[in-house]
Amino acid sequence: MKELQSYVTAPDGVRLAVFEWGERSAATTVVLVHGYPDTHAVWRPIAEQLAERHHVVAYDVRGAGHSDAPRAVRSYTLATLEADLGAVLAEVSPDKPVHLVGHDWGSIQSWESVTGTALADRIASFTSVSGPCLDHVGQWFRSKLRRPNPRSVGQLAWQGVHSWYIGYFHLPLLPPLLWRTAMVKAWPALLHAIEGVPHGSGAPTFPTDAVRGLALYRANMIPRLTRPRRRPTDIPVQVVLPQQDLYVTPAMAGQAPQPFVGRLWRRPLRAGHWAPLTHETVLAGWIDEFVAHIEGAPAAPDLDRAQVRTADAGTADAHNPDGSGTAAYAGKLVVVTGAGSGIGRATALAFADAGASVVAADLNAESAARTAQLAALLGAPRSGGYAVDVSDPAAMEEFAKAVHAEHGVPDVVVNNAGIGLGGAFLDTATSDWDAVLGVNLMGVVHGCRLFGAMMKERGLGGHIVNIASAAAYLPSRTLSAYATSKAAVLMLTECLRAELADQGIGVSAVCPGFVNTAIAKATRYVGVSASEQEQLRGKADRLYRLRNLPPERVADAVLRAVRENRPVVPVAAEARIGRALSRLSPGTLRFVARRDLTPR
Amino acid sequence: MGDRVFGLVAARWSGGKLGAGICCADLTRQYVDTMSNKQPAWAPEDLDRFRAVQQLAYRCAEAVAATLEPGVTEKQTARRMRHWLMENGADDWFHVPFAWFGDRTTFHRFRTPLQFFPTDRRLEEGMPFILDCAPVADGYTADIGYAGSLGGNAVQAQILEDLQEYRALILAEVRERKPLNEIYRSVDALIAKHGYDNRHRVYPGRVLAHQVTRLKVRGPRAVVAGFGVRSLQTLGRELVAERIVGRSPLWADGKSSGHAPTPGLWAVEPHLGLRQVGAKFEELLVVTEDDAYWLDHDLPHVRTWAAKAPAGPGEATARGEGPTGDLTEDATEEESAA
Repeated sequence: MKELQSYVTAPDGVRLAVFEWGERSAATTVVLVHGYPDTHAVWRPIAEQLAERHHVVAYDVRGAGHSDAPRAVRSYTLATLEADLGAVLAEVSPDKPVHLVGHDWGSIQSWESVTGTALADRIASFTSVSGPCLDHVGQWFRSKLRRPNPRSVGQLAWQGVHSWYIGYFHLPLLPPLLWRTAMVKAWPALLHAIEGVPHGSGAPTFPTDAVRGLALYRANMIPRLTRPRRRPTDIPVQVVLPQQDLYVTPAMAGQAPQPFVGRLWRRPLRAGHWAPLTHETVLAGWIDEFVAHIEGAPAAPDLDRAQVRTADAGTADAHNPDGSGTAAYAGKLVVVTGAGSGIGRATALAFADAGASVVAADLNAESAARTAQLAALLGAPRSGGYAVDVSDPAAMEEFAKAVHAEHGVPDVVVNNAGIGLGGAFLDTATSDWDAVLGVNLMGVVHGCRLFGAMMKERGLGGHIVNIASAAAYLPSRTLSAYATSKAAVLMLTECLRAELADQGIGVSAVCPGFVNTAIAKATRYVGVSASEQEQLRGKADRLYRLRNLPPERVADAVLRAVRENRPVVPVAAEARIGRALSRLSPGTLRFVARRDLTPR
Repeated sequence: MGDRVFGLVAARWSGGKLGAGICCADLTRQYVDTMSNKQPAWAPEDLDRFRAVQQLAYRCAEAVAATLEPGVTEKQTARRMRHWLMENGADDWFHVPFAWFGDRTTFHRFRTPLQFFPTDRRLEEGMPFILDCAPVADGYTADIGYAGSLGGNAVQAQILEDLQEYRALILAEVRERKPLNEIYRSVDALIAKHGYDNRHRVYPGRVLAHQVTRLKVRGPRAVVAGFGVRSLQTLGRELVAERIVGRSPLWADGKSSGHAPTPGLWAVEPHLGLRQVGAKFEELLVVTEDDAYWLDHDLPHVRTWAAKAPAGPGEATARGEGPTGDLTEDATEEESAA
């Protein structure tokens, strides 16, 4: 694509190199500001994608690339950088406010304009990648210190560890010396090794940019962080939060702007600090989506979920201990099958309570809708209920398509739907096998297949939780079909976990045990009369009631499985003891398996 | 006194081994009659007095709820209820007033009964609360529960709205004279359908309801473990007396509740939870030999439901009463007026 180069002169006479892509006549202009030690080149892959729909502008910040580099440190204050941006905007989009995007230092300096008055009416929206407002950070530090608790102190300390380089950049002689010597070759190699940045994406002016750019830190860091101002803004801001960022922790970047930004979107990204070079397609898509929405288009489902609702803020609870609005699953989409009752409903509601949007699927449309309704009451934005038979491949395909169209790609899928079947193997008919394997195994297979493919294609990771059972590893003469189906789910989970690990998709199996849900009353027993059937169900239900393990306990285990990416989570004591015995003393389990433990 | 001891022994022996055995049936019946002051059918004057105490208790809850401000603690709230009731005619307690805030409305992680007592938990904006008080006036007891929130809570509002189905269900099944433990399970089934959690099972004895009678015992008006001593005495007697005839004054899901509804007054308290939000109502149900009706309809939660469903066929369900309920109530009122 054609890259148009020109020069703009800043108020203090510094010449800035400006680069443009796409048509100047396009309805929207997107201005990209690079960080340190980069040049406009860091934006090239994204600019080329955005140029299909927008007029795209990037410029070399003073001190970098083809722009002039004044020697004095005081020429690099945020105020002068803001004046530079003003000069560029006046040249490239004199009439219409632009959509600003900043990465790293480019984002830090853009915040100055976004929270200031000089250019406020020249900016329509701001997308910030890995660069917080220094004033917001200062305020964030202060608020954490004012009300210290182990969590907030931990977050401060963690950010402190990640900010070592700021102190280092203030040292005399050593940083420039290293940039000019060892780092010339080491830096691109490090970026490639640690971040996965492709070879050859660095600017030809690299070591010089790095040395001159040190002035950015030296001119601004200490005054801004030690004397932070209160800088609110009405401009809509989308904050992209790379989860593996080595320099800016997602906790800080996500929380710091909250008290000061009225319209805030938070988008966690499975990436490192140089996301513009490693996740250019995702970022270009998000910028495009955000710009379109601010220009008046309805928000895409993902973007809608990412918006920070004011209701999230201020209420401290178990999932949001610091009251900062960062509920653990805010902005996430969770799909749960069998969500109309028992473990499925409890899991859906637990995720909703933790801020997620919930898609509740169940054979029974009414109970699925009820779960979605309760989820919405708990604050889950955009929740929905679907009637679907998980054992029907066509229905599942349709369901997955509907979810994709109406809600986007799920972040978590819980394959929970299951049915119970008891009785002797020789009494179990082929049709019984079809029914049990159809729901308990193939239902899980369809869920993993359809949603796993979506997650993989999106490339942002995710998590699949399959509800197996303690019966998966506890043999029993009266549960051959059920236990077989659950053992298959357990093995499927282990295999899939290995396969999807590289995609950042976690796969977990949760083995509940005897949980007090409707399954006891719905379990079918083969080889018994109708009256005996009722009796068995009644007795099983009584035992489950006595055992008194609420489905909420399993729901907590599902959330833990996702949070800690655990492979197998047995829940009840009997499930945990059973799992230990299956490894230590399988003979004991074989002995017990020969007893008919059906309550009669 | 000797008679009492003998009665207790007889009770243990007959209740524990033979049930109300024929050989001692007369003896126990006689004993039950002297021991229990519960009447199979309360006189209209008595019902009026019970109704008045229940009104007093709900007025207290509403008055104190209106005073709640951010930062107030459970202890302060319970104290306000206590003072309000003592100033307005209560002279003893079935139990001392309770106040639960936030996730304590669902008895989250309650392990011991001590956790029911008010704490220093502070009320915050949007937080649900439940006020529960059981004053006694001249021996007439009420036991009520009032759920609300500071500035509104969507989850609790939904539970409170759904509670009217429970009021209707319980009344309908009591009228069918279903065994109490079966009604308990019907309530559980409705809870499962709604997606809530049964929280009344945290109460001592897992009770959905308990019987209330007129206190006739003498003795000091002391409070022990949160319960009025005289109420405890009465409750103890009831437990023994009812056990003898194979019934329980506590309505739970076990075998001891496997009998048709006992005539008398029942304080019914379905208590539901969703995640960290709980809500309940508690009010007196009058059970007669062949019918049942709610003692009063002029209660805050019933008024709220009626205001939402002002007319039409939905009203009967919404108010938890059938045509017979109206008749019964009207008849009672007429009787009492006469």
